[in-house]
This record gives sequence, C-alpha cells and structure tokens, in this order.
Amino acid sequence: MGRLEAYPTLLQTNHLGQANPVAKKTHVSTTVNNEPAEFLCEPRESLLEVLRDTLKLTGAKEGCNNGNCGACTVLLNDVPVNSCLVLGVEAEGASIETVEGMACEGHLHPLQQCFLEGAALQCGICTPGFLVTAKALLDKNPTPSEHDIRFNLANNLCRCTGYDKIVKAVQEAAKELAAK
Amino acid sequence: MKSFAYASPTTEGEALSLLAEPGEIEILAGGTDLVGLMKKMIITPDLVVNILDIPSLKTIEQLDNGAIAIGAAVTLDEVLAHPYLDPYPAIGQAIEGISSMQLQCQGTIGGEVLQRPQCWYFRGGRGLLAAGGSAVEDGDSRYHAIFGNDGAAKFVSASRIAPALIALNATARVIGPVATGGSPVGLNGEDASERFFPIEQLFRIPRHEGERESVLARGEFLTHIILPDRRNFASATYEVRQGAGPDFPLAAAAASLRIEGGIVREGEIVLGQVAPTPWISRAAVAALIGQPVNEQTAEAAGLAAVTAARPLSHNAYKVQLAKTAVKRAILRAAGQETGGF
Repeated sequence: MGRLEAYPTLLQTNHLGQANPVAKKTHVSTTVNNEPAEFLCEPRESLLEVLRDTLKLTGAKEGCNNGNCGACTVLLNDVPVNSCLVLGVEAEGASIETVEGMACEGHLHPLQQCFLEGAALQCGICTPGFLVTAKALLDKNPTPSEHDIRFNLANNLCRCTGYDKIVKAVQEAAKELAAK
Repeated sequence: MKSFAYASPTTEGEALSLLAEPGEIEILAGGTDLVGLMKKMIITPDLVVNILDIPSLKTIEQLDNGAIAIGAAVTLDEVLAHPYLDPYPAIGQAIEGISSMQLQCQGTIGGEVLQRPQCWYFRGGRGLLAAGGSAVEDGDSRYHAIFGNDGAAKFVSASRIAPALIALNATARVIGPVATGGSPVGLNGEDASERFFPIEQLFRIPRHEGERESVLARGEFLTHIILPDRRNFASATYEVRQGAGPDFPLAAAAASLRIEGGIVREGEIVLGQVAPTPWISRAAVAALIGQPVNEQTAEAAGLAAVTAARPLSHNAYKVQLAKTAVKRAILRAAGQETGGF
C-alpha cells in the first residue's frame, strides 16, 4: 500500500494547478529472465522504456509504440504483451521474459537457431518480437498447425520477409523441440 | 506522455476512494487502448487507477440462477478459453476476430467494451465530435457511422464484443458514489453504491464535447458483466474485415436466436461498427420471428436491418456490408455457415 499512501501529496500538487508536475519515482521489484530485478521509474514510463533504457535490455524493439507492430513483445507472466502499452510500474511482482532470456548456457533456443538457418529475418527489427511470440505459442501448443502459427503471429509485423520463412522456421523449431 | 500519479488498489472500495479524488482520472486495465491515447496526449489524466490488482474483478463465476458474472479485468484470452462461455459462441467469435495474441492476452473484457472510438479525427486530437461533426461531414468519412449520425457524433462504437453481449441480454454492474443513485453497498462505508442495468445502456451518443460515449459518471466504474442463462439461444458474431489481420472490422453483427421446431421464436440482432453506439435492430428481428432460418429469411432480415441507414459522403459501401454481416451472423448462429464466407 506504499503507493497509495504516497498518492495524495502528488495529487494536491496537481490540483493546485502547477503545470506539468513531476510524479515521484516508484521502486519496482520484479523478475526479468528468471533473475530478480529492481528499478526506479516514473508512472509514465512504459515497460519497454524501462527494459531498454534502465535495464539496458535492448532486445525488445520500439516499432510503432502503439501496439500495432509487436516488435516490443515480451512475456509478462508467461503471456505475450506489447511492452510499449504496459507501464513500468505494472511490472511490480511480475515475471518478465525477453528475447535475451531465450538462449540457454551459450546455446541458442531452437527458435533462434531455426530463424538463423532458415533466413527468417532480414533487417531483424521485428525478430525479437516474433521469437518471443512464437515461444509463447510453442510453450502452450507444441504442435501448432500453419494456421495456428499465422494466427498467433498476426500482431507481429515484418516488412522484409513476407512471413513464409518465419512460419517455416517456427514449424522447424516445433519439430526440433518435439524431438528433444 | 504527460506525467501522472499512479495507484493500484486491491479492493473495489479502495478504487472508489481513489476515483473520488480531484483532477482528471482514468482507469487502467489492460492498457491496450488507454496507454496509446496517453502517449499521443489525446487523454492526459492527473491520476491513473490500475484495477488489475483487484481480485474480485478477475474471476468468472457461475451464479445460482445459471447466469455468469465476468469480472471487468478478466483478459480476453481467459474469456475465450473458459468453458462457462462455450454455450455463447457469439462472444468467442468476437474475441477470435481480434486477431492479436498480444491484445487478447493483455486486453480485458471491461476495457474492450469501454475502449474509445477509432475515429481518426478523435485519434488525431480533434475531439470526439471533431468540429461539431463537420470535420467528418466535410472530410473522409469512410469508416464512420451510417446510423445515429444525424447529430455531431459521426464516429462508430469500437467494441467488438458489445454487440454479442447486448444480443445475449447481458447486464452491467457499475459501482460508484451514492450520488449516482444506485443501491447502497457495503464496499466503502456509506459512500458506495452499485447499480445493475442492461449493458446497451452503458452506451450513448454524446451531444457535446463534455460527454463521452459511455454513461459512466465521474467516480463510477464497470466491475462485472453478467450474462443471463441463455443456453437455449443460438448465437453468433460475424465481422466484415479487410483481411485476417488485426484491423478493425468495417461492419459487424451479432445475433442470438431461440429457434424451436425450426422456427425463430425470439431473438436479438445487434450491429457493430455502424453507429456511435452498438446498434440494436428490432426490424431485423421482426423480419425473422415466425420464420425458419435460411438464405432467403436471413437476407430479408439483413435488408430490414439497413433500410433506415443514412450513409455519409464516403461510406455508402457500409450499408451493403452491414446487411451482409446481419445475414451471415444469422446463418452462422443457426449452424448454416457455408463456404465462401
């Protein structure tokens, strides 16, 4: 309830008509890629800004900054979200997984390996979002149909590949994971 | 984004106390609409109250009369997957139409229903009614209203799920200060009240910039959507979209029909994306009552639904799309969906 107690002071400042008051920073404790993480942020900072600018995890990309392109996708409590539309303060107590958490002990995740081998990327800006969204799909459904893959990746936009190689890479990764 | 204060209450009562604070206040749930609007400075609250940490808003419960109470902060993917909702395919079809895993996992049902219009004049910072409606009239109205557009409001209600909820006779539970006239409820001492009303009454056509497209008064918020037991109704949603991607539909319809002995006995048909509110079509239902469902009767109901349409300068095409949406929602509800949809 710390945040609630701190609140009335902030609002008085606002209500007295001071232009553009600066909200106090909040201390947020969270988990990023299975490691505890703490940071200070203003309520108006998005989770994407916190990840990139404060925690220096620049894997998640800023594309449209409005939830249309999916380049900023991260897993928040195991489900894919557009981190540009999540406030940093909402990460309190949550578990966040970014593309940086996918490789394990120096080995790429099968999705990363298949994207690489299948040339499922060109400029690469959209790739972290695709990888994270595809991981959420395979975690939930290890044997997706092509339709499932396309449906689950519909909110990740790629301007280079035409999607075919991405879909094939996800299919290959699903096969590899199943063989393990 | 303009700086704001933030609070994340853990009970409905705490949320009400926060909503009673001075200044401009917005309620945050999934954030898929609000955060983008705040970034563009279309909405500039002093305080943001996050309702995602209130456990009572995050459950789907069956009530003793067979009704289902869905908390406003339940995410769309949870609604889609929940077996209680299986008898109501109109809702699941509307959620599946939001072809974005991110928006389904992040967005909540309360936020989906109360999302702000997509009107590009509104999103461009020209206000909900954009120069008293003349910005749309004199400008590009291709995605605007074909019904209910004779006042200044020309935008279309953005919710994809509201037509299905209205067709299924859902009720809204709203809590707020006593002054809003609801029944007193022991949430927060003497100051709280709750009211229940048909969910279509959540929406209104605003007459001036001081009004929004929802009737919620200052200090109030939507806590639950209650679906009555309508397991004896067949239901469906049909959206006409540009493609299979996450774009908004151009026109949509939801139908719920009680069909006995092959004859439609009662029902509701509600159009989406055609008016500043979800648009209930009594004419379409009247055309179907006493009839069997087939291509001809569904087509006639579609025609009845759009007879009173008044398109603007760039959106006459939506009349045909709305007519087809009604026809196909009816056929889909009756299990007569065929190829070529």
